[in-house]
Amino acid sequence: MPVDETLSRFSDWSYNTATLIYVLAMVFFAVEQAFGRAGRLRTAAPRRELVGVSASGATDPATLTPASNAIGASDAPPLTPAARRTTSRAARFGRMGVALTVLGVLLHLAALVLRGLATSRVPWGNMYEYMMAVCLIAVITWLVVLRKYPSVRHLSVFVLLPVVILLFVGGTMLYATAAPVQPALQSYWLIIHVSAAIVSSGMFLVPGVASILYLIRDRHESNPSRFAKVAGHLPGRSVLDRVSYRTTVLAFPIYTFGVLCGAVWAEAAWGRFWGWDPKETVAFVAWVIYAAYLHARATAGWRGRPAAWINVTGFAMVVFNLFFINLVTAGLHSYAGVG
Amino acid sequence: MTEQEQQPYRATPARRALAFVRNTWRGLTSMRTALILLFLLALAAMPGAMLPQRSLNEPKVQQYIAEHGWWGELLDDLGFFAVYGSVWFSAIYLLLMISLVGCLVPRSGEYVRSMRARPVLTPRNLSRLPHHATGAVASDADDVLAAARSRLKGWRSSERDEGEGVRSISAEKGYLRETGNLLFHFAMLGLIVAFAIGKMFSYEGQVIVHADGSEFCNSGIYAYDSFNPGLRVDGTGLNPFCVRVNDFQPTYTDIGQPLQYRADLEYSSGAELASNTWRPYQLAVNEPLRTAGDRVYLLGHGFAPVFTVTFPNGEKRTQATQWRPADQTTLLSDGATKFDPPGITDSEKRRENQLAITGLFAPTPVFHGKILSSGGPRLTDPAVAVDVMKGDLGIDSGYGQSIFSIDQSQVEKGALERVARENLRVGESVTLDDGTEISFEGVQRWVSLQVSHDPTQLWVLGFAVAMLVGLALSLLVKRRRVWVRVVPDGEGRTVVEVGGLARTDQAGYGDEFDEIAADLLNQDTRSP
Repeated sequence: MPVDETLSRFSDWSYNTATLIYVLAMVFFAVEQAFGRAGRLRTAAPRRELVGVSASGATDPATLTPASNAIGASDAPPLTPAARRTTSRAARFGRMGVALTVLGVLLHLAALVLRGLATSRVPWGNMYEYMMAVCLIAVITWLVVLRKYPSVRHLSVFVLLPVVILLFVGGTMLYATAAPVQPALQSYWLIIHVSAAIVSSGMFLVPGVASILYLIRDRHESNPSRFAKVAGHLPGRSVLDRVSYRTTVLAFPIYTFGVLCGAVWAEAAWGRFWGWDPKETVAFVAWVIYAAYLHARATAGWRGRPAAWINVTGFAMVVFNLFFINLVTAGLHSYAGVG
Repeated sequence: MTEQEQQPYRATPARRALAFVRNTWRGLTSMRTALILLFLLALAAMPGAMLPQRSLNEPKVQQYIAEHGWWGELLDDLGFFAVYGSVWFSAIYLLLMISLVGCLVPRSGEYVRSMRARPVLTPRNLSRLPHHATGAVASDADDVLAAARSRLKGWRSSERDEGEGVRSISAEKGYLRETGNLLFHFAMLGLIVAFAIGKMFSYEGQVIVHADGSEFCNSGIYAYDSFNPGLRVDGTGLNPFCVRVNDFQPTYTDIGQPLQYRADLEYSSGAELASNTWRPYQLAVNEPLRTAGDRVYLLGHGFAPVFTVTFPNGEKRTQATQWRPADQTTLLSDGATKFDPPGITDSEKRRENQLAITGLFAPTPVFHGKILSSGGPRLTDPAVAVDVMKGDLGIDSGYGQSIFSIDQSQVEKGALERVARENLRVGESVTLDDGTEISFEGVQRWVSLQVSHDPTQLWVLGFAVAMLVGLALSLLVKRRRVWVRVVPDGEGRTVVEVGGLARTDQAGYGDEFDEIAADLLNQDTRSP
């Protein structure tokens, strides 16, 4: 199976472009995050005045709009449209951010598919490709979350930040040229086991970030002077908690499935289904921590902040398993292809 | 103690002991304890990933201990190099298992009761529920109830007459959540037990077999190079089978990256052994041979250079001893091929004339001056760089020695000395001062096989699958209740009240409830 170098080069270009587009999207989301909530607050105040003036008694924004337009059309332009423009401009930045993110996802996907076509195998045979796939899943998961909870759109900057960092690290330090995989990886389990690991790890990034934001927001709520700049713009704790929980609940069974498939593959490749190889061990530790998260969330006194801490620890373990175990320790899972 | 008379409860030692046991049990089976034990389990498992482990890499453990002095020895004493068999690790998971059982037993009882019980009574005030809708419909109570019954098909429901014509249905759905939850936890218990039993009766053995038609038979521990038995395995009564390795072919890319390893086998197991029936098998990585309840794996491969020694008296001896790959990518190998001089019966004299050919083997030789290294794993005009050692190899010393090396202490003692150093290609030879001629004849391949036996691994798989199914059910099924109350208003219309409650903290019941309520309230005739 020769490697198609042209396709491989196109894949690299897509990868770099996708990363740049994510950075651009981050800028747009950052603008929304910075001005969005403030703009919304500013509209809220004049709106009350307006209601008093028009005396229509309507508090519903839907009926408010024609009324304000009518006033605006009559003569002097009131403050309201200007204030609303700030909000809508921030929202427009957010929507453009989403559009850019979608474009980034398409290029990101193209980079992955082209890698697969270039090497005639699944495009997750070394650490560079694995990270590329994990990041893709993380962004897709976030887009799905956005569909369910449109109000958290301005948080995208916090989700894209680790993604961009990972993509940068992947593209610079972990880059591996397109090549076939060694015999140990030539198995259909590479498709099943590794894709389950990729999907669950990518999904775990979202609750990890949401839980960090939860902790920031929580600090802020118990002491408003802390994280005042950032936390003031964050949604309520319950929203962040729900985003974390619902994503974790979907990712956890996939992760379990991935570990199980890994055990089945290990039985065929290494002669035992479980042998406490460093990768297996840390995967087990992360599994136990996420299990603890699910239990904590159903236990009085452990909900909220402790549960968020546990979720962050779980994601930290996933990242640790990816970097430390692949690059520092020597185990059977040494397929990073780095160096 | 002075107030003893006033207390109706007397803390006799027996009672105190009982209270202690009860409180311990309660403490142990509480969720808080279970959570803490889970964290301890995670924490205790980590050293296994951070420190070298005996079960994976004994030499690395020795090296670590040597490098870290008292700290290494302390870690060793505390079992940090065999974490998963250590007392503390076992204690944590045993406590966790007890905690789990203590949690599961009462929950199972509750589960059985709830599966038999009728859905709970309709609350008096449905408007207090998180989901609520009310309205009047222009049909009589019977029709509304009939509609509700058919709408709530698949729900467990129960109808009650609350008097004065008021009737209600309470319905509940999502019982599979608890079923899945219990299934998950019981399957996990089963998995741990099966895993533990498997560890007792399993064994693993490694052996190197030359790929020239040599045979390996699973007849006992002696047949293996290394053997790791479970606690209850004494090495007798192993499953009978034999394997013959006829050939081994690796394929590589142009730059020497391996593409495929494949060994041509023949095997014979059980009754076939008596009839000498052999069946072919292509052994490859990821495709173990499964026979007689055991599995045979292809772990690695390497080279065995063939040397012929022509002794001064004209006698010839040929040997092909496996050398071990020192570099896995280029397969540069090192080793020691050892010869006993023939025709010498006096052991003293024999020990002065033993020979060892040690050094490096390169499948694709690259010479930097006279230094040999390997340019790749393919066999292209291979070469060896050998030191010929003569003297006492120390084989008769009573100590075991590695097949891959000579005993360096013999060299240090001066009992073994170097008599030649030469780079040889196939067909070349070197002659020693005493007329002994050593020729490099060629090279053979060998494969390293692993035989594994684990009688419970299918059980473990079954429990693992059950865990997964249980987990998915318990996380994704929503347990929810709905109540419908109908109150005839005496004018042919019926006031319908619907209330709903999700019993899990997962959001998402709202939409389903709204649909049910809309269907029952028949939107069009809804009164404000």
